[in-house]
Amino acid sequence: MGKSLSAAKDAEPIIGAMRSHHDLGGLAAERVQPTEHDYALWEKRVDALLVLLTKKGLMTVDELRRNIEALGPQAYDTMSYYERWISSIANTLIQRGVITIDELGRRIADVQARGDGR
Amino acid sequence: MPHDHQHSPGAPHRHPQRPDQDDTLTYWRAMEVAVRGLLIDKGLVTADEVRRQVEDMDSRTPLQGARVVARAWTDADFRARLLADGNAALEIMGIDRGPYKLVVVENTEKVHNLIVCTLCSCYPRWLLGLPPDWYKSRNYRSRAVNEPRAVLREFGTELAGDVAVRVHDSTADMRYLVLPRRPAGTEHLSEAQLAALVTRDTMIGVAVVGAP
Repeated sequence: MGKSLSAAKDAEPIIGAMRSHHDLGGLAAERVQPTEHDYALWEKRVDALLVLLTKKGLMTVDELRRNIEALGPQAYDTMSYYERWISSIANTLIQRGVITIDELGRRIADVQARGDGR
Repeated sequence: MPHDHQHSPGAPHRHPQRPDQDDTLTYWRAMEVAVRGLLIDKGLVTADEVRRQVEDMDSRTPLQGARVVARAWTDADFRARLLADGNAALEIMGIDRGPYKLVVVENTEKVHNLIVCTLCSCYPRWLLGLPPDWYKSRNYRSRAVNEPRAVLREFGTELAGDVAVRVHDSTADMRYLVLPRRPAGTEHLSEAQLAALVTRDTMIGVAVVGAP
């Protein structure tokens, strides 16, 4: 559908300085690939953590999005969906003082040394 | 439903997992284990809560949304309620009213609705389950708002020129659901039989409900 792509380019709005890299509406892009996959357990757990943390008042959906949007354009484009989420959840918990950078760093190192994802 | 792979009739509906994620301990996966472990150690969540939340999300499928659509097709009072206050209508059916405002938009002979989240991935997930990858993709989020007819054609949906297309951009606090048109020749079908015709993609608006 090359025609639609060129049409999108014709219609591309003027991009002001205020448009952030996550703000995609109306930009030229390629054909939509009808991709889907069954979520892996670790992805479902990330989703579950967000739901539980919001229910318990430990973070909000707005914080999730703000910290996803705070990722640089390169990280935003190269990380998978739930990679962006866990990064955002960790940053939010650090910003709120629920966990510290140091204890998270040590814990990740422990998990990597143990080598299993449970 | 658009697919790049075949399903055999009667086979369980499964999609491929992304490679190298469940069997490779990536940095981000290790971060998930670490964050979860810290929260459990601090007594802020329990392992059981996480497990139950995963099960709860696994139980939410588009079938739930399809039941709502079928009820609206067969019960005019319910349909009016659904269009006026989506969350309240869900409660009438005994379905979780959900954490966000639900706005139901109705397709008619002259209007076709399409939902998107240009900023992220907002979706009526308590009603349809987790969104498909393409809904979250750059290509869909970019183009759904300014060339919806081209996007619809890529899903095999061709609309007549006199049908207006309305695109609804979801937010963190407000989620949309499309009430598709009931196909002709379905007057004799039961509510459950009607629900079986309604697919996820017809409730996002990239497809229309086909005749049985």
